[in-house]
Amino acid sequence: MAWPDGPAPELPARFAGRPALDASRCDAACDDCRQSCPVGALQRSGADNRLQLDLGRCIFCRTCEERCPTQAIRFTRQYRTAALRREDLLIGDDAEPALAAAGEEVRRLFGRSLKLRQVSAGGCNACEADTNVLGTVGWDLGRFGIQFVASPRHADGLLITGPVPENMRLALERTYQAVPSPKVVIAVGACAIGGGPYVDHAEVCNGAAGVVPVDLFVPGCPPHPLTILDALLGYLGRIE
Amino acid sequence: MSTDAFATVHNGQALAAEECPCLPWERFRQSLLDQIAEGGRLSALFGRERDHGRLRLTAVMAHASQGALAVAACEVGDAYPALTADCPQAHWFEREIAEQWGVRPHGHPWLKPIRFQPPRRPSAPGKGESVRAPRPVCGQTDFFRMEGPEVHEVAVGPVHAGVIEPGHFRFQCHGETVHHLEISLGYQHRGIERALLTAAPQRVIHYMETAAGDTTVGHAMAHCRAVEALTHTRVPLRAQVIRGMALELERIANHVGDLGALAGDVGFLPTMSYCGRIRGDVLNMTAVLCGNRFGRGLIRPGGVAFDLDASAVEQLRQRLAAAERDVRVAVDLLWETPSVMARFDQTGVLTREVAETLGLVGVPARACGLEQDVRQDLPYGIYRFAQIPVSTCDSGDVFARAYVRWLEVQRSLAFLGEQLETLPDGPVQPADRSAILRPEPHQMVAALVEGWRGEICHVAQTGADGQLVCYKIVDPSFHNWFGLAYALRGEAVSDFPLCNKSFNLSYCGHDL
Repeated sequence: MAWPDGPAPELPARFAGRPALDASRCDAACDDCRQSCPVGALQRSGADNRLQLDLGRCIFCRTCEERCPTQAIRFTRQYRTAALRREDLLIGDDAEPALAAAGEEVRRLFGRSLKLRQVSAGGCNACEADTNVLGTVGWDLGRFGIQFVASPRHADGLLITGPVPENMRLALERTYQAVPSPKVVIAVGACAIGGGPYVDHAEVCNGAAGVVPVDLFVPGCPPHPLTILDALLGYLGRIE
Repeated sequence: MSTDAFATVHNGQALAAEECPCLPWERFRQSLLDQIAEGGRLSALFGRERDHGRLRLTAVMAHASQGALAVAACEVGDAYPALTADCPQAHWFEREIAEQWGVRPHGHPWLKPIRFQPPRRPSAPGKGESVRAPRPVCGQTDFFRMEGPEVHEVAVGPVHAGVIEPGHFRFQCHGETVHHLEISLGYQHRGIERALLTAAPQRVIHYMETAAGDTTVGHAMAHCRAVEALTHTRVPLRAQVIRGMALELERIANHVGDLGALAGDVGFLPTMSYCGRIRGDVLNMTAVLCGNRFGRGLIRPGGVAFDLDASAVEQLRQRLAAAERDVRVAVDLLWETPSVMARFDQTGVLTREVAETLGLVGVPARACGLEQDVRQDLPYGIYRFAQIPVSTCDSGDVFARAYVRWLEVQRSLAFLGEQLETLPDGPVQPADRSAILRPEPHQMVAALVEGWRGEICHVAQTGADGQLVCYKIVDPSFHNWFGLAYALRGEAVSDFPLCNKSFNLSYCGHDL
């Protein structure tokens, strides 16, 4: 794969990337998108009742795009979705996403070698599969010095998938504690960011941030492998 | 006929709730045992709370020889005599019922939690409403232990070494030999079945698509078939074909991935590397259908959300040919390599009798020579018109489970090739979609689909307003986890990863 030096791998024609809102098209009196969203990712706020989309909650089902009578919401082909802070996942206008790069110290420590322990905590095996695929010959994650390791004690951080069931809380806490500091935590997928379809279930913790501090959020359901790799490389300062 | 006491229905055929007979316990039990003796299989057994603290148990029996299902119910109080001792197929189901509803199956030989979930009703019958069971702690149970000076115990998980879901495995070993494996799950429990009864309607399909994310198409299809039965919706033929294509692509992608992973587990890198890449190529074919590699957003009640245009058909045809060529080269390497075959042969053996007794489904059952496949036995959708031969092998070992996957990959590829050539014209959604929102009141339906792991069974029941009053999901893994534990007996503990991969069961599909 030529990327990131060459072109990115081809995405399917029907790919749903980062959604974009066009406030000028949005009818403030209309509520169709908000009513139809299965996970409550759309909110109206402020004096002008402006529409906001929470990319951390969004499961990219495109129902809002389908329902919007004025095409104010569209899913673009932009595969970059990651952010450093939860609040940066709130999309209010058509702005392009900024690169979510870690601070200088994290880039200095892990920029050329990052060993991650993956913890699936209620993940449905889709985020896990599209994380795992990065290790295959096609994506070859190892060429960037990034690797998934078997023990948290060998790891520089955690990559967490799933809404974190109550039944996994203890195991996640212990795995986090077993990773030596300094360490990073990456939440991959809508479930790990905010609970996904399981948001506010009594059985889950609404994502990783309910249990451990999260340094990088990677939206998607599941995020495309290119989205995950872009997020990791952007975070480590390996791509501009 | 032993099914006389039960009501007979087709796969995905709704019946009025009152037509599902509610039998006295002894009749229910005897009929169930008779049906199993005659080759029937327990597809689902689950509880639903009734008035006055009673619990209604419903059984769904699959009868391959008759191409039909048989259903019946019975009501029990706070305890009943367990079926499991006479019917090992009920083992896991009865543990689930006990855990969810606080009903005690007397004489159950192995009564332990299976998910460590909070009880579905706040108080056990006979106690005051204020009595709340304490929240169980996942993984804390009385594991079976062997005693002896040289016996040792190996505990693995919930967090595993690879990028996989959590579960706990407890081995009782003497030297290298595993004498007993106990599998303790529940870490993935997200409360799907509970939430379904009160969920906002627009969220329901997303529970289905993420119940087991690697089986997005399989579970979404079983659910949609249940909804279509409850709303008397006819799915257009073109949509049936696209659904079938998506289900077979899901099967191919996962089987190819498993064959690669099996190669990896015996340190055979060529097939592992090729299959890792080819699996991605197949997932990308699903993305041609709907934009998502797992088929999210494709299967919707009434049909499919995306049609195929001529360019997509051509693209699929080309990709299919490339995948077929590549996968043959990659997988044939396995059977030609003695060091691989030495590890696959006679490892993790299950006999046909054990598979039948435990009620295994899918690849592990067919690898024991059981000719059992919902697509043939209880055909639905496009499989009523386009038959896919059932693939079996008889050695019951890792090799057989690998080889059945390879046979199924080839047959699914052939099916896809045929369907692309003969794709019928027409709509992919019914003309009137309003009916799909109005399930008929007091109906019940069992919809079965052959997912890539095996039989998926969804049972739905509606109440007075057509709302769901009961929804049961049985992932094939629910039937098969105990089969894995059984296959490990007498094996070397170092062969566990290989045996585990040869089953490749779902944690989240089990835990729900």
